Amino acid sequence: MSRIVGAVLCLFVVVCSGWANVEVLKFESAEQEQRYHSLIKELRCLVCQNQNLADSNADLARDLRNKTYQMIVAGSADREIVEYMVQRYGDFVLYRPPVKASTIFLWTGPFVILLVGLLIITRVIRNRHKQAAETLSQQQHEQAQRLLRGNFSE
Amino acid sequence: MTTKALRFYVPLLIFITLGVFLAAGLKLDPRHVPSPLVDKPVPNFSLPRLHQPNEVFTPDQMNGRVWLLNVWASWCVACRQEHEVIKRLAEIEQIVVIGLNYKDAAADAKRWLEQLGNPYELSAVDDAGQVGIDWGVYGVPETFIIDQYGIIRHKHIGPISTQDVETTILPLIKSLEQASS
Repeated sequence: MSRIVGAVLCLFVVVCSGWANVEVLKFESAEQEQRYHSLIKELRCLVCQNQNLADSNADLARDLRNKTYQMIVAGSADREIVEYMVQRYGDFVLYRPPVKASTIFLWTGPFVILLVGLLIITRVIRNRHKQAAETLSQQQHEQAQRLLRGNFSE
Repeated sequence: MTTKALRFYVPLLIFITLGVFLAAGLKLDPRHVPSPLVDKPVPNFSLPRLHQPNEVFTPDQMNGRVWLLNVWASWCVACRQEHEVIKRLAEIEQIVVIGLNYKDAAADAKRWLEQLGNPYELSAVDDAGQVGIDWGVYGVPETFIIDQYGIIRHKHIGPISTQDVETTILPLIKSLEQASS
């Protein structure tokens, strides 16, 4: 009995998650639809913060998807839609933050770290070359030859 | 400095820097998104009132007064939590609080106020949530402090605690009110 209940519950969960955020929308052109999908992928849901508008089930995400849709159909450019969201929710809605004084380290940081890494590596390699280039004295050479021949006496 | 000392101090320095950044990161609340609306004029709207649906409320009706806009809903659990604090602000501190009843059913909202008490001078009904979007609302309850020129001075996200009242809300309102007199 409990198995049946469990199975029914599982099915219910699966069906419900299948329903999630699938809205049937009518666009005037394929290009509009494509813009809609790329915009809701780029815009971030504020309620469940690690999801974009496309993935989120939150009520607000649905409203904002709807707003995006309405603005596209009304002929707004992508830039205008993004501006509309940023005016209300700040740069936080963007998964791609704009280059600003406050985000400059975010944008340049990886390159700076890469550069520092390259510098360290070149230094290490150069040092290794220097060490390898050190020559042995005549006496050391002879000793090495002896050891290689397997002559360990002396 | 010798290479050996460098080998010891450089990783240590990197570790400490990273540690400081991560420790600071732990203290940040990721749910607190800074609002771009602070220090900007209020986004205008015109909405029916909850108890007088034939009359409208617009923010310019509040010009000349310092007021709070508290976004609430009967389905919002955290609103229940902060309700006593809102009541204290309105009844004891004599602060004007306007409610924005966000995506709610009028009957539920009215019943909620009857049960818990109504601290609001009035509640405007944002049925569709469009005004909520214009005000950048993403997590009910939210509270805005607006000065007598209609400029948003502060936004509080989530339920207001007694501590928030003492440390931020009351001092700010007092200073805004003094500025006017």
